[in-house]
Amino acid sequence: MSDQQQEGAGASLKRTPLYDRHRALGARLVEFGGWEMPVQYRSIIEEHKAVRQRAGLFDVSHMGEFRVEGPGALGFLQSLVPNDVSKLADNQALYTQLCLENGGTIDDLLIYHLGPERYMTVVNAGTMPKDWDWVKRQHGGRSDVTLSNVSDETGLLALQGPLAQTILQPLTATPLGEIVYYHARPGEVAGIACLISRTGYTGEDGFEMYCAADQVGALWDALMAAGAPHGLLPCGLGARDTLRLEAGYCLYDHELTESITPLEAGLGWTVKLAKPADFIGKRALEDEKRDGLRQKLVGLMPRERGIPRAGYGIFLNGGRIGEVTSGTMCPTLDSPAALGYVPPAHAAPGTQLQIEIRGKLIPAEVVPLPFYKRPKTS
Amino acid sequence: MADSKIPDDLRYAETHEWARRDGDEATIGISDYAQDELGDVVFLDLPWGGAGREIKAGQHFGDIESVKATSELFSPVSGTIVRVNDALRDAPEQVNTDPYGAGWMIVVRLSDPAELDKLMDAAEYKNFLDNATH
Repeated sequence: MSDQQQEGAGASLKRTPLYDRHRALGARLVEFGGWEMPVQYRSIIEEHKAVRQRAGLFDVSHMGEFRVEGPGALGFLQSLVPNDVSKLADNQALYTQLCLENGGTIDDLLIYHLGPERYMTVVNAGTMPKDWDWVKRQHGGRSDVTLSNVSDETGLLALQGPLAQTILQPLTATPLGEIVYYHARPGEVAGIACLISRTGYTGEDGFEMYCAADQVGALWDALMAAGAPHGLLPCGLGARDTLRLEAGYCLYDHELTESITPLEAGLGWTVKLAKPADFIGKRALEDEKRDGLRQKLVGLMPRERGIPRAGYGIFLNGGRIGEVTSGTMCPTLDSPAALGYVPPAHAAPGTQLQIEIRGKLIPAEVVPLPFYKRPKTS
Repeated sequence: MADSKIPDDLRYAETHEWARRDGDEATIGISDYAQDELGDVVFLDLPWGGAGREIKAGQHFGDIESVKATSELFSPVSGTIVRVNDALRDAPEQVNTDPYGAGWMIVVRLSDPAELDKLMDAAEYKNFLDNATH
């Protein structure tokens, strides 16, 4: 047997404050974006199902956070991202990207409007240093905007699943029912000051809690204890990936790269070409929208046995037309599924394509995204 | 991995396959350590219907997919494939739950039984894992 994946044990990898807890829980640790992170504790499938059916707790303290503050903060952010930051109320969040002049994606991120002239951006772990350099370069030392990189002093946990609110509410006086999706509120959880945000990356209801890095251990312990009677499981990056793939969310370095635009990734709903402010990449995105996309992100379901993986070729009538960017066995679908790029002419749901899996062309059908949508609760 | 099971009566390859000799045949699977490294096994591509096919020691005979990764399977012995574990088509998780029993993959009629002596015994394999994992 030869395993193609990278096990992480490198000395130079960064660790979150929860590293010792992960070890004690028996987590398998891998390298991810320069960090040594748990990929699974017991079983990716069990962790995935816990999030769909009950709740799961993720350490995502590796994510990066920048504060952007001052009278020029809004204007500065508006010039950096395609989404319209001016629409954010206090304590509201939005999903957007940092783009190059040519429209390629430097990273995808959340922006929180914390209060008047105060914003926080949340970026991916592996791209954080590059993002910080980019943002600083665009900032150019202007005096009306203060930038601070608070990644190292910020801890972040994601409590995800249909029982998330049931588990979290007894630990906080903040009325969680009043926090609607993509909104946040400062509060205390188990006596620890947090920003409590109704966001996530799993396709389920849930909360993300930002706190001081030196308190994230106590927050983890309180949530694990409160969740135990409800079947809460600690979850690793493996389940995070299968959950986000089912939910059709992009993963940076897979569905988004510096040579992929947000329009190609199906994120046109976050690209506000009509917003009054100019932003980096606007011209290129306008051109692409007018002239047509070069490639388009699609969902693919193989119709025979086999699991597509990132890098596998997508074929039409024997000719290679694109490439898989993510693929795995999806526990909720109980089927393999993949995301990949193809020319727009072959991107319509129902199109019959093929994926080359170890030298064999396996039939695969373009299906609508997301693969999974959570049942509506009344 | 101090806690992986390494039965005394098997021989082991550096690529983590095991072989259990029974007369002129050997049953092939992957070790407890290997299944634990892979995590949830969700799919196997074995030489279904491949009975009668010749195979050489070190030759690729199939692929195993877990949720997170794909790995190749190599035969530790030479000979003729006489049986393939069809139950793994629909129950690949048996590789996780019973790697030395229900998780067997193929049976090979040995053309050179002396090849088994070149594989590691349980003590050697344990030592190999201890060195490989720290």
